[in-house]
Amino acid sequence: MDRLLNAMTGLSVLLIVMVLVSVRRARIRVEYSVAWLAGAAALLVFSRARVLLRTVADLLGVTYPPLALVLLVGSVFLLIFYRFSLIISQLKDDNIALAQRVAILEYHLQALKDHAAGC
Amino acid sequence: MSQAVAEAKLLILIPAFNEEGAIAGVVQAVKDVMPGVPVLVVDDCSQDATVTLARGAGAQILALPHHLGLGGCVQAGYKLAFELGYDYVIRVDGDGQHDARDIPGVFETLRTSGCEMVIGSRFVNGNGGQTSRVRTAGIQFFRMVLRPILGKTVRDPTSGFVGVNRRALGVFSRSFPLEYPEIEALVVLQRRRFQFVEVACHMQPRRTGRSSITPMKSIYYIVHVLLGVFVNVLKYERRAPKQSRRV
Repeated sequence: MDRLLNAMTGLSVLLIVMVLVSVRRARIRVEYSVAWLAGAAALLVFSRARVLLRTVADLLGVTYPPLALVLLVGSVFLLIFYRFSLIISQLKDDNIALAQRVAILEYHLQALKDHAAGC
Repeated sequence: MSQAVAEAKLLILIPAFNEEGAIAGVVQAVKDVMPGVPVLVVDDCSQDATVTLARGAGAQILALPHHLGLGGCVQAGYKLAFELGYDYVIRVDGDGQHDARDIPGVFETLRTSGCEMVIGSRFVNGNGGQTSRVRTAGIQFFRMVLRPILGKTVRDPTSGFVGVNRRALGVFSRSFPLEYPEIEALVVLQRRRFQFVEVACHMQPRRTGRSSITPMKSIYYIVHVLLGVFVNVLKYERRAPKQSRRV
């Protein structure tokens, strides 16, 4: 049990460091780092606070506390993936609309240029 | 017909992606059949000489800044046509599979039937002999799926030879499926109680290039389109009141 929880702690610390470094290098925008940092922090807290983890395991009816942690972490990250799917879909829609608008504006611009050249 | 064309604002829309082998011939064939009607090639960021050849053949060009896929490409053309005040738009594929001589029939039906969409169908009057067995099986499957949703049989739901009037143009310029749009577009129209009709058209073998739908992709195609159809069926939208039919 200790080995698994230690691995979880290591994983959460690694995730926090990776996200912070990415934010610092402007690879991840701050608003999109919050969900990752919150998820990693929750993982860190539950992997270190045995009493808290046992309470949660009892609430979930799980006899092996690390399994409760895995369930919690899995749920949190599923929600994060869902949130990012929403964001990506919105960005894709915006991107398509922008690309179409650019093409239409270029079309109008070219028509104006042709008209001016013809005058 | 020529007077009708002059009175109604008609645009021929040709979505194209790397169609340098066929595009000039397609534009020329359309111009021969429909002289004086503007032809707009929507280039989906081709890497070859599609734009140059289409422009050389006399088409206007709407060049997308990056590749959007067929739905995004067609919708860009619909948006421009709507902005420019066109009453009718007929879409013809850029690979030369559609016979330009069928355009007047589609236009006439679009103009006189009152339907919002006219589909050029290879299966009306039994013209579907050129279609592969796999594609025919797919078409039959989607006919079966669409029959209860649309309330009538559509014989060629995957046809890209489609004419729309300004009402449908207004809808499609706001909401149009992005990948494999033909089948989902029918459901989008049905949700607004718009009507469509099929007219006979002739399909020719693709002049150059290959279909983007490979055997592996056809599985993805079926799943994607099925999901798209059901999402459109379930989508919450204020439905338009029933209109009196003019057909």
